[in-house]
Amino acid sequence: MLKTSPETLVSQLLAGNRRALARTITAVENEIPESVEILKTLYPHTGHAYTIGITGAPGTGKSCLVTALTQHLRKQGKTVGIIAVDPTSPFTGGAVLGDRFRMRDLSGDNGVFIRSMASRGQLGGLARTTYDVMRVMDAAGFDIIIIETVGAGQNEVEIVKAADTTIVVEAPGLGDDIQAIKAGILEIADILVVNKADSPLVQNTVRALKAMLDLGHRQRVVAHHGQLMTQTDSTGAPEYDFREVPIIQTVAIHGQGVPELAEAIDAHRSYLAESGIRQDRQRARLESELIARLRETLLKNLLSAVPDDQLEGLVEQMMTRDTDPMSAVHTLLNYQARKS
Amino acid sequence: MENRKIRVLIAKPGLDGHDRGAKVIARSLRDAGMEVIYTGLRQTPEMIVEAALQEDVDVIGMSILSGAHMALTPRVIELMHENGLDDVKVIIGGIIPDEDVPALKSMGVSEVFGPGTNTDDIVKHIRTVVSV
Repeated sequence: MLKTSPETLVSQLLAGNRRALARTITAVENEIPESVEILKTLYPHTGHAYTIGITGAPGTGKSCLVTALTQHLRKQGKTVGIIAVDPTSPFTGGAVLGDRFRMRDLSGDNGVFIRSMASRGQLGGLARTTYDVMRVMDAAGFDIIIIETVGAGQNEVEIVKAADTTIVVEAPGLGDDIQAIKAGILEIADILVVNKADSPLVQNTVRALKAMLDLGHRQRVVAHHGQLMTQTDSTGAPEYDFREVPIIQTVAIHGQGVPELAEAIDAHRSYLAESGIRQDRQRARLESELIARLRETLLKNLLSAVPDDQLEGLVEQMMTRDTDPMSAVHTLLNYQARKS
Repeated sequence: MENRKIRVLIAKPGLDGHDRGAKVIARSLRDAGMEVIYTGLRQTPEMIVEAALQEDVDVIGMSILSGAHMALTPRVIELMHENGLDDVKVIIGGIIPDEDVPALKSMGVSEVFGPGTNTDDIVKHIRTVVSV
């Protein structure tokens, strides 16, 4: 339920009102009915912000790195919106959102807006509505949006669908060279950061990551029918399309290595722009978003058209082996066709 | 599908370093299904109100054990008013002498919870004052 009308909220947000921004994010995060209209009105104002995703295991220093990077970007005069995602309890639905605790040095700056989000049951490292919240911040006019994921294990790779540049943060002592050649999170890195580089173990981690990168064929991610696919250089694509993933060593808590990280982000940004890959990726994302939303809407419409007893009856028939699951699906699909 | 959660900011204003109480409360509210933004030690009133605004919380919970509650609370409430956060509820925990409680409540504090409070009472209070 909104205290102000969606129109007022949106016009206040576009005028730079931070309270309106916060309330709009809540509306979108809670998926209240008005949020559809809000997102529709905001959509033409989006597409300007550059998004940086920061992911990595819990305790590698993601929040400290976000803080140090934001301070650096602020010195360059850029405004920064931060979305920090932490996990929701699968048992109670509650959450303790503690990323902001490490971002205290950013308080009192009107060029920064931090919003903590709970994952609310979504797997993959982000919340279901993180992408929409990102759009709200984009429309509010931030130059850069940084998304910090849930402390990631090996498979939390949703961030690549949201970020232009994905940074994977590692810390010394967390894994060996076998961990480094496994599939998953390291594959999605546009930039690898080894944080806590003042640890004596840092060279082991850097060596394992370098070896991992050297073992692979150079590859790039291309859009193909809404899917992101990788292409290796044996396909004869032009040389400039391939880039090496840089490994940056940082001590985020002292700001060490942060200017180098910012340079690496700029270099990746130019690479995406000059090669046309950013456009390709955005097109692919929009296509897969469209299909995902279509799937969700069709399902919702179908289920609302089918009376409960119809659904229960089919389940009963499946229980007694009088019908099989796929035939039940076809029965439901026919039912909707007759209704509409 | 609408998915509303109660959001609570837990902060420790002032200079004492005893944050165990704040952590216990954060954890209990989490277990009651709320989303708790934990901002930790040594927060200024400015930091607390800024965080409450950005996070769009329903409740600000402050843990104060330094004896500075009669100085910190009015400043937080004044800043909340300046920022249009009048609908956000304020609860206080920690070491608060009984004789200060009426004054705090007249400033706009919704409840004061002293040592030994059953955390269920805090959960109940929040659910009563926040209309979901």
